[in-house]
Formats: sequence, C-alpha cells, structure tokens
Amino acid sequence: MSHDHSKLIRMASQMAQFFGTQPDRPAPEAVAAHINESWTPRMRQDFVDQIRAGAEADPVVREAAAFVRLPAA
Amino acid sequence: MKDFIIPDRDMGTPAVNSDVTVNLLVDGIPVSVPAGTSVMRAAAVAGISVPKLCATDHLAAFGSCRLCVVQIEGMRGLPASCTTPVAEGMVVHTQTDEVAQVRKGVMELYISDHPLDCLTCAANGDCELQDMAGAVGLREVRYEPGKNHFTRRDAEGPNPEYRPKDQSNPYFTFDPAKCIVCSRCVRACEEVQGTFALTIEGRGFDSRVSAGMASDSFLSSDCVSCGACVQVCPTATLIENSVIQIGTPEHIVKTTCAYCGVGCSFDAHMRGEEVVRMVPSKDGKANHGHSCVKGRFAWGYATHRERQTQPMVRERITDPWRVVSWDEALDFAATRLRQAQADFGRDSIGVITSSRCTNEETYLVQKLARAVFHNNNTDTCARVCHSPTGYGLKTTFGTSAGTHDFDSVDETDLALVIGANPTDGHPVFASRLRKRLREGAGLIVLDPRQIDLLKTPHMGEGLHLPLRPGTNVAMLTAMAHVIVAEKLYDEAFIRERCDWDEFLAYAEFLLDPRHAPEAVETLARVPAELIRKAARAYAAAPRASIYYGLGVTEHSQGSTTVMAIANLAMLTGNIGKPGTGVNPLRGQNNVQGSCDMGSFPHEYPGYRHVSDPETRAIYERAWGVELSPEPGLRIPNMFDEALAGRFRGLYCQGEDIVQSDPDTRHVTAALAAMDIVVVQDLFLNETSNYAHVFLPGSSFLEKNGTFTNAERRINMVRRAMTPKNGYEDWEVTQMLANRMGAAWSYTHPREIMAEIALTTPSFAGVSYDLLEREGSVQWPCNDKAPLGTPVMHIDGFVRGRGKFVHTEYVATEERTGARFPLLLTTGRILSQYNVGAQTRRTENVVWHPEDILEIHPSDAENRGIREGDWVRVASRSGDTTLRAHITERVAPGVVYTTFHHPTTQANVVTTDNSDWATNCPEFKVTAVQVSPSNGPSEWQEEYRHHSDLARRILPTAAE
Repeated sequence: MSHDHSKLIRMASQMAQFFGTQPDRPAPEAVAAHINESWTPRMRQDFVDQIRAGAEADPVVREAAAFVRLPAA
Repeated sequence: MKDFIIPDRDMGTPAVNSDVTVNLLVDGIPVSVPAGTSVMRAAAVAGISVPKLCATDHLAAFGSCRLCVVQIEGMRGLPASCTTPVAEGMVVHTQTDEVAQVRKGVMELYISDHPLDCLTCAANGDCELQDMAGAVGLREVRYEPGKNHFTRRDAEGPNPEYRPKDQSNPYFTFDPAKCIVCSRCVRACEEVQGTFALTIEGRGFDSRVSAGMASDSFLSSDCVSCGACVQVCPTATLIENSVIQIGTPEHIVKTTCAYCGVGCSFDAHMRGEEVVRMVPSKDGKANHGHSCVKGRFAWGYATHRERQTQPMVRERITDPWRVVSWDEALDFAATRLRQAQADFGRDSIGVITSSRCTNEETYLVQKLARAVFHNNNTDTCARVCHSPTGYGLKTTFGTSAGTHDFDSVDETDLALVIGANPTDGHPVFASRLRKRLREGAGLIVLDPRQIDLLKTPHMGEGLHLPLRPGTNVAMLTAMAHVIVAEKLYDEAFIRERCDWDEFLAYAEFLLDPRHAPEAVETLARVPAELIRKAARAYAAAPRASIYYGLGVTEHSQGSTTVMAIANLAMLTGNIGKPGTGVNPLRGQNNVQGSCDMGSFPHEYPGYRHVSDPETRAIYERAWGVELSPEPGLRIPNMFDEALAGRFRGLYCQGEDIVQSDPDTRHVTAALAAMDIVVVQDLFLNETSNYAHVFLPGSSFLEKNGTFTNAERRINMVRRAMTPKNGYEDWEVTQMLANRMGAAWSYTHPREIMAEIALTTPSFAGVSYDLLEREGSVQWPCNDKAPLGTPVMHIDGFVRGRGKFVHTEYVATEERTGARFPLLLTTGRILSQYNVGAQTRRTENVVWHPEDILEIHPSDAENRGIREGDWVRVASRSGDTTLRAHITERVAPGVVYTTFHHPTTQANVVTTDNSDWATNCPEFKVTAVQVSPSNGPSEWQEEYRHHSDLARRILPTAAE
C-alpha cells in the first residue's frame, strides 16, 4: 500500500498555490525543491508514481514532478 | 549536593535606572546610587536594613506604615525613607533616639490589633511583622484590650469586627485577623499582576482588604490566583496552604517552570524532598519575580496518585498492562523496534520528542532516531504548533526564532497582538505587557475573539479587529497595502537592511486593489476603516512590536502569515532595536528548545538541513555512525505511513498525540496499526491507550537539564527530589538506545550539553558552568556573543538582507456550507495547560472543570440552545458533545472551545487540513454544525470504553 494518494497531491497543490505567486523562480521548481527538502524518499516516489499514473493535479504540481529527486533505484 | 541559595534580600523599593549618580552618606557610610533611588534603597545598598512593613522592592513605595522613618540632616521631622528620594550630599541617620521612639510606638499600635499566637502561626519564622517587632525592640504593648479585628468573641459575645478566614481559593488562605492593612497585596494585584481584583474597603479602623465586591470571596472575585499578593504579604494573612500544612522550607532549589513558553524562573522552597512552595525568582530574567497560577501553585501533579512509576508491557493494546522490571520493558521495546525494522525496513520506526522535556532529553531522542535507528524519523509537537514560525522566520530573517527578549516590552510604544491570548496562554508576559499598556503604549488585537487583554484596566485605546478565522493573510496584507499606499514605510531601513528591488516588487504586489482594506473587508468582516486605522497606528508608533501565537500558525496559510508578519516589521523598520520585533509566544515550556535540538525530521540541531554534507560530517564524527541525508517523516506523515502499513513502531516521549493532534480518529487508527508503540510519560495518557510499552517518566522537579523559552533563553532545570520512577528521562532514553546497540555513557546532562555545544555553532559557548554563573543565556551564544544575544538582527539579518515574500491570500479548503455553517476555533484557558495531563491533576480544576463551547447569542437562539445546554459539535471529521456558554466574545458564525479535557476530545472534530509548508494542522478553522444534544456522542462512548479497557493494570503477584 502506498501513502494516501490524494493527500500528497493535495499537499503539493497547496505548495503550488504559494509558489505560484512568488516572483523569484518558476513555481514547479520551487515546489519540487520544497518537496525534496521536506518529504521522505518514499513519499516522493509515491508522489511521482501517482503523477505518472495520471492522477489529476494542478499543472504546476504535474510539472514539479519532473524536478522531484527520487531515491537511487 | 543541594543548591542552597540565600533568599534575595528585599531592598525596600524597586531599582531605578538613571545616568546620573547621586552620592550620600548613610550612617557614616558613603553610598552612590542612581538619581531617583529612595533613601531606603540607598541604605540597603550600604548594607543597612531600615525597618519597614509596607515597602518591598516588588512594588512602588507607598509610605503608609511609618516604620521606615529616618533622620536626614537639614530636613525637618522624620521623613519616610521609602518615599524620600536621595539627593547629592545627603546625610542620613537610620537610627536615632527619636527614630527609635517613633518606630516603637508604631509597632506597639500594630501589635495592639494583632493576635499573639506566633508559635502556632503558619508564618512563624517567616513573618516580617515578627521580625520588625524584634528589630525595633518592642518589649511590651501598653494598650488595654479593646476594639480589634482578631478575637472571635469576648465576654460580651461575638466580635462584630472579626471576619473568618477565606479558604475559597484552593491554594492559599486569607485570614483577615492577621492583616495589618499595609496594602502590599492590593498594590501587587495592580502593579505586578494588573488584574485590580483586590481593594481596600472602608476607612480608618474599618479598612479591610477585600477581593472584589463585599459579597465576593477570593474564588468568585476577578482574582486569577497568580500568587503575587501571597508573595508580598508580610504576615500570615495571605499564605500558601502548603505552608500551613507542612511548615517553613529549609532549602531552596532554583529551577524553571515546566508550563508555558515564558519560562519563569522559580525557587523551589523545599523541606527534605518535599516541595513546600514554588516562589517566582526575583532574579529570573523572563519573569522578574512574577508568576501565574500554573507555575506558582499547580505542581501537585508530580505526586498525584495516578502517577505511574513502574514500567509496564502488553502484547496487544486491548490486554491489561503487566507491571515488569525495567530490563524486561526495555528489552521488550528494543526487540520489537528492531523486529519492525527487520520486517519492514530501516525507515519503519521513529520517535516523537517532547516540548515538555529538557533540551538534553530531546537531543538524545532525536539522536536515537538518527544514530541508532539510522533514519531521520524524528518529529516534535512543535509540528502542530510553531513549525510555521520556524519556516517563516528562517525564510524572511534567516533564523527560526523570536527576535527579542521579554524585557523589550518595557520599551514598546505599541503592541500588535495576533492570534494569541496572553492573559490565559502566557500570563506572566501578559502582566508585563499590561503594565506597559497602563503606561500608555497602544494595543491592536487581531483575533476572532475578544480577548481579555482588550479589557486591561487603565489602558488607553485598544483596537480590536475581530477577523473571520482563516483570513489572517488577507488582513496583514491589507495592512501592508495601507503602509505602502500611504507611504508610511521606513525607506531608510528598507534600503539599508533589505533588497530595494525586492521591496519594489512587493510594493507593486501590495498595491493591487485586491489587497486594499475595502476588498478585504468582505473576506475578513472587519471594516476597512478599522484596518486602515490599525495599519497607520502600527506604522506611526516609534517602536512597535508584534506578539503572536497559534492563531497565526495553526492554519493552512500559517507559514505565509508568519512571513506577512515579518514583512510588516521590515516595512516599518521595527526590527533590531528594543521595543520592536517579531515575537512568537511559544505554547509549551520547551517548544523553542525542542526545535533547536534537531527534533524536526529535516534538520539537525541548530536548524541545519540533513542534506548538508558538512553538518552530517560533524555528527558522523561525533557519533561514529553513517547518517541518512534524506528527510524523515513528520508526525502527520507518520500516521499516514502507518495506515499504509509502512510505519510500524514509535517511541513517544512526553507527548499525548491522541489528545493534542487533529482528527483523533485518524491518529488512533494509525497507532492501532503499529506493531510497537512505546510511551514514556508521567501518567497513562490517552496515547498510552494504544501503547505496548509504558516507560514511567520523571517530572521537572526530579531532573537536571535546561529549557529554552520563547525568547531563546536557556534556563536551568534542577533536580529537587529523587525521580519517583527511579530515572531521569534522559537516562531512560539512554538505556533504550543501549539496548539497541548504542554505547552511550552520559553520566549527567551537562555532558549532553557539552556535545550540543561542540556540534552546534549557535550553542558553541553554552555550558553548565556558564549557565550556573549567568543564571541563563540566550542563543546564539558563541565567540561572537559569549554571553548570548538578547536582541537579534541588530546590525543586519542573519540571512544577510531581509526577504520580502509575497503573501497572496488563499482561502482554506475548510469552508462553511449548508451542512457545517459555523467556524470552530480553539484556544486555551489560564488555569489549564495543553492536554491538561498536568493541570487536570491539580486543584486548578476548580476554575475549569470541563471544556465548554462559546457561541454567539444569535447562533444559539437559531438553534434553540440555552446557557449550559449539552450541544453536539459535528464536522466532516467527527463529532463530540460538550456544554454551551452563550457570549458575545465570539462573533456570529464563530464558535470557540478549549482542548484540555480528554472526555471532550475537541480534536475528534478538527480536520487533517494543514499548513502548506510544514503540515502544521489547521486547528484554528473547522467548519462545524452545532445542535442540541442529550448526551455523549457515539465516538465518546466508544473511546471511553476502549480507554477503560486499555488502562487496566494486572495486580502484581504477592511477593
């Protein structure tokens, strides 16, 4: 079983809402940086898997997935 | 060895600050004191104690007892030394024939109306009246027995002047028969506490101390039981019940209160290993001799009969507890934790450190996770209170801490209080703020509820912006809009200390009409003109300070709100000088410390990210293990992972997450899904209902260590008695770690602090020797600041330039609708503390026996709810029942309650919404419906059933 599906995306969407209003850097990168700083590798993997599997998400969240650091396989 | 400290000498009148020094001669001894000092204090400085009764250095001079008269050359008569200021070249004689004669006469009058039961009096040995009778050489009372206040009856019948003792307060007794009407208690209630509950009624011989109206007792009056009156009373008139019961103390142990984040210093007055009373230390740098009902009186929980002192284990959480040896309990815990890791991987277990435990204990618990579990699954209850403060202030200023010390409030011209209720949550700070408000400082309160600070007696105008819960960011951004639009900002400060281009970008953002007060008015339901008025007042004050609490952080936009606050301070230059700043009021005693000590899963001690190779190298060297560069699980993540079957074991020290964390059903389901839950606590708390191992904890009176208060002040906690469970909490953690393969060999917390100092730059200069010498220090404490740092960011921000973060308002997902039309917000009350585990086990329950729901009259009427009715509060998470109190303190559409009692379980109702940056739960906004009810909810019944079952302890076999 993986980390509650909707919750990770909901948390990422909240981050997107914040970073989307910041002028200093592109929101997807900022969201990913915040996720990399504060989520465990497993949560990050679940998140990316969910996005890759086509989970519904804000475009910023979707783009952020590309910048999320994944644990070495 | 016991710390024996001679009680601070009373200098008679308070110290005075002045640049001008005055020289005088007292009894032939030359003395130099600051101008404005009293003759009495100057004499005390010279080592001479002038007899006194109404004077004490806690209070301004009053000049009523006439005992402190002296002779001053060139002055007529005998002036009172307490009210006479020194003058250059003054020649004072504190003892002459005439002075002695007058004093003896005065004492004779006092004693003529005072019982002579000294031997059996509770103040025997600690009575200033007794001392003064001795000091002036009183040998006889020549007055015939007559009209008096102390005899119950005489030959002619009952004495009409006699008043019986008032024993309504559970902690102290008021015995009018012993009162000398020196007014110290009344003055303390006004000057120190700021409540104005006491007064002198009547005149002349009829003068009496009275709490509230004539019909009031101490309990029914406005008295908040802070103990200031008891502390200054020179006789047995106001005295602690514990002293009446036990007798006078024989030694003092200096320590720090284990309640809120003010971190008051206390003198534990001991007789053997029994606490006789706790008296706030006059030299305490946070509290300067003041206290509240919790620290002063509510320490009885430490010896409460429900205290658990033996380790216990059980296979399943539905089994009864089995009392076992420490060895068995620790082996059981260690084996199961290792088994979980073997079965489910290294990351399947974790720890929760405690904001109620010491820095040293917290440090060891996070070290256990990092160095022994080999993961970073460590979090602390600050997750659910001030984690947004950490994120917000680190982003804007560069460090995760409040900027100022509490003393700074004495210099503030205006206090902006946001989402905090200091008179209840941080009472000693509130008293200091109220003093400043009486001196004329302005007050602005941003809070959905009308807090008591707004009713401060004798203050000037206080502005209340009763905003709708969840609109903090919109409100603060509107205030910033006004400051920029009306050019009220401090351009020089911004140019020097921040990035001007960043400011321009932020200004452009702010000037958009969507941030104007007129636009925000509809969201926050506060008139635009009031928002403008508040913004102008904050910007106009020469020194404006911001104090905030959990009403800021516990929101989905908690971190954004903290940054909006930081922006306001930077825009107006209110940083870096006394009287200004951004000051989070921390909930628990060691919230600051537990965060500093690396409790968060992404940060080592001193707020250094786990991915930073240099920091990791420091700890890998110190601990001799390889460390994980990846962030661990936060508390809510732990619960989610537990429900996903991947998180299987938890060591939880001194926190009651079942009661204190949101969405109780989610928390209990997560705990029930784990293989091993180890709880270390004083009591079988709510979380222990889901535990397999119970390790008994030690109270703050039973251990050595340090707490760090809201002003970054590291205060000593000293052991006053032997731990009832046999070990200090850090020893228990060490035993568990060693069972799991660590080879720790700390013999005293000072060694743990030495390791912290060695590995953490901001603590580099901290040592127990320094703390013993200085009393306390505020971090950063290192080569650059060897004695610590009272005010931060004086010449520049820690991060270099202050950062203006854009603060767009995003409405919370928690919205009212047809099903849940009201907004519930939560808070705390003076007499209770957090989950109530401690205060519920004291007499404090007389003030707050249950949690109640505050509801506006119109909302109550619409629902047919009357005062005191049982009501059901339901949200999308769950429902609970409690009693209603109808009041206009809350706005229509808003209801309010506290979370001190487990039977109410207010957190069954709160949701899993959280702060976008830190997952701090949104405790302060829950959409609810309220309806009449006739009994406990299904959940409450179910929970009570499990709780009764889970708390059973098997009787131990007869020896």
